[in-house]
Amino acid sequence: MSELDILYQELILEHYKHPRNKEPISGTYITHENPSCGDSLKIKIDWDGSDRIKRVIFDGHGCAISMASASIMTELLSGRTHSEALEICNCALSYLRGDRKDCTDPVEVVDLGDLEALSGVRQFPLRVKCATLPWHGIEKELKGQRTVSSQ
Amino acid sequence: MYTLKTGSFPLLEANPNLIYLDNASTTQKPEPVLQAITQYYQTRNANVHRAVYRLAEASTHAYEGARDRIARFIGAASSKEIVFTRGTTEALNLIAHSLARTVLHPGDIIIVTQMDHHSNIVPFWLAAQELGLHLRFWPITPSGELDLEDLERIWSDRVRVVTLPHVSNVLGTVNPIPTIASFVHDRGALLVLDAAQSVGHGPFHVSELGCDMAAFSGHKMYGPMGIGILWARERILNSLVPYQGGGEMIASVSETYVTFNEPPYRFEAGTPNVEGAVGLAAAMDFLDTLDRERIWAEEQELARYGVEILSSVKDLTLYGKSSSRAALFTFNLKGIHSHDLAQFLDSRSIAVRSGHHCAQPLFQRLGVPSAVRASLGIYNRKEDLDRLADALEEARRYFHE
Repeated sequence: MSELDILYQELILEHYKHPRNKEPISGTYITHENPSCGDSLKIKIDWDGSDRIKRVIFDGHGCAISMASASIMTELLSGRTHSEALEICNCALSYLRGDRKDCTDPVEVVDLGDLEALSGVRQFPLRVKCATLPWHGIEKELKGQRTVSSQ
Repeated sequence: MYTLKTGSFPLLEANPNLIYLDNASTTQKPEPVLQAITQYYQTRNANVHRAVYRLAEASTHAYEGARDRIARFIGAASSKEIVFTRGTTEALNLIAHSLARTVLHPGDIIIVTQMDHHSNIVPFWLAAQELGLHLRFWPITPSGELDLEDLERIWSDRVRVVTLPHVSNVLGTVNPIPTIASFVHDRGALLVLDAAQSVGHGPFHVSELGCDMAAFSGHKMYGPMGIGILWARERILNSLVPYQGGGEMIASVSETYVTFNEPPYRFEAGTPNVEGAVGLAAAMDFLDTLDRERIWAEEQELARYGVEILSSVKDLTLYGKSSSRAALFTFNLKGIHSHDLAQFLDSRSIAVRSGHHCAQPLFQRLGVPSAVRASLGIYNRKEDLDRLADALEEARRYFHE
């Protein structure tokens, strides 16, 4: 596989071309920006009324890496409790930065499979922040430091 | 046919497959520039203006000799008009800071353009915030040009300064500076020129351009990083307060008062970048040897060819349609983010820049978050543009099929 194909694995391009949970967002949402490229992401968490995330949706413009990462993130976090989601966030961020080798879900049996396809960013240090963009956005929200916008 | 013999660029020779198309960010360095820097350290290194020993005199001579060389290169009336800075950004910060504190008054208006780089917008924005000045944006036309009718429309008698790029770092537009200068001077205002994208690409004479102050960087014209120039008419420099304090910029200091040195030294606090000054003068020698008229003519040919070949690429949007343009092309391929496209081009050994190019107001006007930019220099040829166009076709297939 060429270096480029390691970065843009089939699964990444598939998420990019057919993103999950990507739809126009209204109401209250989180915005997160990458100042180096001007990309901006909107993320919205639908809670089930208590501690559990019903669904995460996102919208915005970005590169294949940030869009695929956001798409994977929405799949991984939907259905999780607040603390599970935070733990997955930490795990994903350290995995994408290359601080941890494996990608096993710290919470339970489901592994972070699709995220593994993003491991190619480690060979492209400048692209790590593309992959971590949505995760940083939702982490802030989960930790209660959100940048909230509403329209 | 591009025939310029550009001599040796060691980095390019070490990377024969590299197609370097990021010259608007920084240029590669020719052998004579590298040699001048090494030779300075090997034979003349000492601090300048401060000591009486012969080595210090040699170093001062190298530094002041570079100032004279630069004054001649840009057609300045004297080397007293040449202030060394770290680059265009520092020069523009100096201009904004010092103009705002001397010739401008609360309520005065500064005009910047929609095609300005952040380094020309933000210094004036900061000065405006602090001192109660107002910033007004000169909008661009749909073809990416500046129209004097638009300037007339936003004009008021409180406008004291107009600041704009000579060549847009995104649109490639070459602005008609002499015409704009007459307009601005007729109304009693000053014209500041961000010349970062023009000085290394052809003839550049401040007297012919008619601006009052100009800023540019060494590293975008085949010289070293960390050195730049502020040029201003002597009477303007004389009227300005200093930007930074330190050694060399003072006349005398006591416990109760400080008096300032004459320009240009008033604006050069601390030990200067002598290596940078020497390297920049060497880059100017290098460009003059090649003949700047000829560099301009050949880059104009590349500008024409680039528009032609990029327009033939399917799904490509080129930003900036001015017929008066530099060999600098900013574009997007439909449905592919600029970072992905630049990453793909890198895999084909083509180095381009992606992002918003420090011109967010312009990108807001264009209605896109980011784009890819290919910018050419003296070592680029038509074949490089052919390879770019081929790689773009390949990228479209890679991401879309």
